[in-house]
Amino acid sequence: MIDHDVIRQTLSTALRTGGDFAEIFVEDKVSSNALFDDGKVENLSSGRDRGAGIRVIVGETTGFAHTADLSAAGLAEAAEAAGAAARSGGGGVKEIALTRQAAPRPNEIEILPEEVAKARKVELLRRANDAARGAGGSITQVTARYGDSRRRILVANSDGLLTEDDQVRTLFTVMAVASGDTGMQTGYQSMGRTIGFELFDRYDVADLAREAAERALLKLAARPAPSGTMPVVMGPGGGGVLFHEACGHGLEADLVAKGASVFAGRVGERVADPRITLVDDGTMAEEWGALAIDDEGSLGSRNVLIQDGILTDYMWDLLRSRKEGRPRSGNGRRQSYKHLPMVRMTNTYVLAGPDDPAQIVADTPSGVYVAHLGGGQVNTATGDFVFGMTEAYLIENGEITEPIREGNLIGNGPAVLSSIDTVGHDFAMGSPGMCGKDGQGVPVGDGIPTMRVPALTIGGTA
Amino acid sequence: MVVEHPDLLAVAVRIAEMARPAEQVEAYVARGTSTSVKAYGGEVESLTQASSAGVGVRVIVDHREGFAYAGTLDEGAVLDALAEARDNAQFGEPDEFNALVEPDGTPPANLDLWPAGLEHVSTADKVAMALELERVTTSRDDRVRSVRMAMFADGRGEGAVATSTGIRAWGRAGNCHLAVQALAVSDGETQIAAGLSVGREVGDLSVDEAADDAILRATRLLGSTKPATQRITLVLEPRMTATILGLVAGMLNGGAVLKGRSPFAGRVGELIASPLLTFVDDPTDPRSLGAEIHDGEGLACRRNELVVNGVLEGFLHNGYTGRRSGTASTGSAQRGISSTPGVGAGALAVAPGVGTHAEVLGAIDHGLFVTSMAGLHSGVNPVSGDFSVGVEGLMVKGGELAEPIREATIASTLQRLLLDISAVGADLEWLPDGSGGVTLVIPDIALSGS
Repeated sequence: MIDHDVIRQTLSTALRTGGDFAEIFVEDKVSSNALFDDGKVENLSSGRDRGAGIRVIVGETTGFAHTADLSAAGLAEAAEAAGAAARSGGGGVKEIALTRQAAPRPNEIEILPEEVAKARKVELLRRANDAARGAGGSITQVTARYGDSRRRILVANSDGLLTEDDQVRTLFTVMAVASGDTGMQTGYQSMGRTIGFELFDRYDVADLAREAAERALLKLAARPAPSGTMPVVMGPGGGGVLFHEACGHGLEADLVAKGASVFAGRVGERVADPRITLVDDGTMAEEWGALAIDDEGSLGSRNVLIQDGILTDYMWDLLRSRKEGRPRSGNGRRQSYKHLPMVRMTNTYVLAGPDDPAQIVADTPSGVYVAHLGGGQVNTATGDFVFGMTEAYLIENGEITEPIREGNLIGNGPAVLSSIDTVGHDFAMGSPGMCGKDGQGVPVGDGIPTMRVPALTIGGTA
Repeated sequence: MVVEHPDLLAVAVRIAEMARPAEQVEAYVARGTSTSVKAYGGEVESLTQASSAGVGVRVIVDHREGFAYAGTLDEGAVLDALAEARDNAQFGEPDEFNALVEPDGTPPANLDLWPAGLEHVSTADKVAMALELERVTTSRDDRVRSVRMAMFADGRGEGAVATSTGIRAWGRAGNCHLAVQALAVSDGETQIAAGLSVGREVGDLSVDEAADDAILRATRLLGSTKPATQRITLVLEPRMTATILGLVAGMLNGGAVLKGRSPFAGRVGELIASPLLTFVDDPTDPRSLGAEIHDGEGLACRRNELVVNGVLEGFLHNGYTGRRSGTASTGSAQRGISSTPGVGAGALAVAPGVGTHAEVLGAIDHGLFVTSMAGLHSGVNPVSGDFSVGVEGLMVKGGELAEPIREATIASTLQRLLLDISAVGADLEWLPDGSGGVTLVIPDIALSGS
């Protein structure tokens, strides 16, 4: 992407003011999106973002600058700005020897999105629209989106690291609106992988569209959600965001170090039911959070965070691992070259447990079955989290019965973790997600087996 | 770093003038600089100096629309974006309402939104403010001894829109803010809360305001417990009111209305809220940090009354939604460089009602004063209006704030919330996002707890 001599020069320039560490992150991202709405293809859009972010660390201080100018002069200017921002005494000239490091990809790409005719992308949208509208006469509106991106990154630093990755993502989403006597309801379904256009050889967008439409139709007949505290059974895959919110964020080392996590100081302690093993795994082939290297050049890896209910480790980025003298975990990520990296999740999931999923429902006299959760939010300091149910049912006398309308669930991470009393032997990954932290969004995945939380608060009206 | 007006507008005009016969071309060009300083543990944790620029190009030909953007103003990339937008236009489907706006005669408001002094504030002074913010926040209450983050940030930018239909618009604006997240610790419990101070110039900022706000918000939640499930009267603080009305404004977006995704479609002239409620979107109000001279399509921003005494007056439109609904743009196109113009409010504010905050609160015998809501993106459905969010706050007893609560949710529909409003305070507060809120009272809401 960029000449290696220029990279070495840029790093040397960045360290001229005496920095301890310098890094250059180069990104070249092309993306394309197509939107179908209101019965027609609205438009296609394309974008290109290309630039470099340079950071310099001196003691406790990080200086950061970015530029869209990738010429030697443009990079030198940014390097000087980053070095000046980290400010310290003079450091003289440091020679940096770069060693290229290979990074095994989680998966191969068969068909690069840029090699696919735009007409084929548009055709997928029409197919999805037709399928969703075909699901029932009450479907009154369909929005389908196709999106792809190819993000080439290069990371080099003054420790001599030089590594690159080529990250491809393809996403398809459908939102259907159903209208009936009770007003309008929506159904949403999405599919995303870190692969190219071969995604659509494997999965039919018509199936996805029908699932979205059926979810909207189902909710037309749904009862208001109950309110109060009750047992909640999470279906496989659909409830993974619970763990992302309820404990994932609290295991990010930057929040832990600042005392902003309820899990601070608890490594080695029991924090969950012994059935729970929680993993964050950047190597999971094709899953939305998969990466060969993180945005600091560390290899993606599989990290066990909670083993049989015992907290084993946090997730780490370069800054935090340097401070604590421990290995990085492949969790240093950033939204783009314009952002500083921080500790982020990749694919976060709970391993399958010992219990029969059908029996979990049968053993629940009354409660709520959540097939699908929407987004969520957590206060890491208290562990209190909220997330939305997008497809849920009542459980009555050990059986899943009527669908209920949307509502939020609320609970406390540590309390929920230790109270989970059954974990199914099934497992599924959930929908592709976008995780926000301090204003930066990165793609993540999640997954869970069926499980039961004996007491969660449901925010309904009934 | 920011150059004078003709430069950027000239870039936009040059692209617009490349339109071929029977083709419409719009260029939206933006450029900005920003600084952010984060302090932690008495040191500078990070200092970021950034500048960025970009262009978004829209091409309409035979009523088909295509779009492309580039995150640079580099000559080659700009021309690539135009070529790519042209290519993309072949794949959109014709829509008779696809067209760029033309000048509509509304004069631009005479607003000065440029923080001329900000340019002369040294980096050292910005660093000093961030360090001072952390120091003050951690020195006023024994329970608050650390922060998660204390930050000074500023941003200045200019934008220009030019079209082959005669639009020529240019504007610039900037602001700065102090933000701190305070950690309050007591008896092994930790609460975190943010405090902000926002203004156009550094002189508008107050370290005390941000620090005291964060300290108050974090400490008053210590000892909070889960309330019992019940129906209760909500008292929304001004920022919560602004948040909820922001959601409602999203449902008054002409795009949602035309596409059958708004419960308020076809209801202009009807009572959709309590007669106590009036709210407008007025980006020409200089008190709002959302004030702007031009919208994303280059038309002058203007005052739009949305709900007056509970009656729905109209919707917000950009060029497309205005034309298609048989009216015209309300100057409400919103966009960044990377997308086509959407529709949205820039400076939504409630008309002040009656009574100070204390007076409104004093009239409540038993209620919940809501100070934060969580899960808005998952718990509010803008199509159905279903509303279910997590809340934190303080109980209200005999007109006074009482014990703190957490881990509870409130649920209703946005339609119901609007109709049930029983009091609107006069305590208009302008918020960092440009909106203006007042204290609002809504009785008989489902609160889920234990």
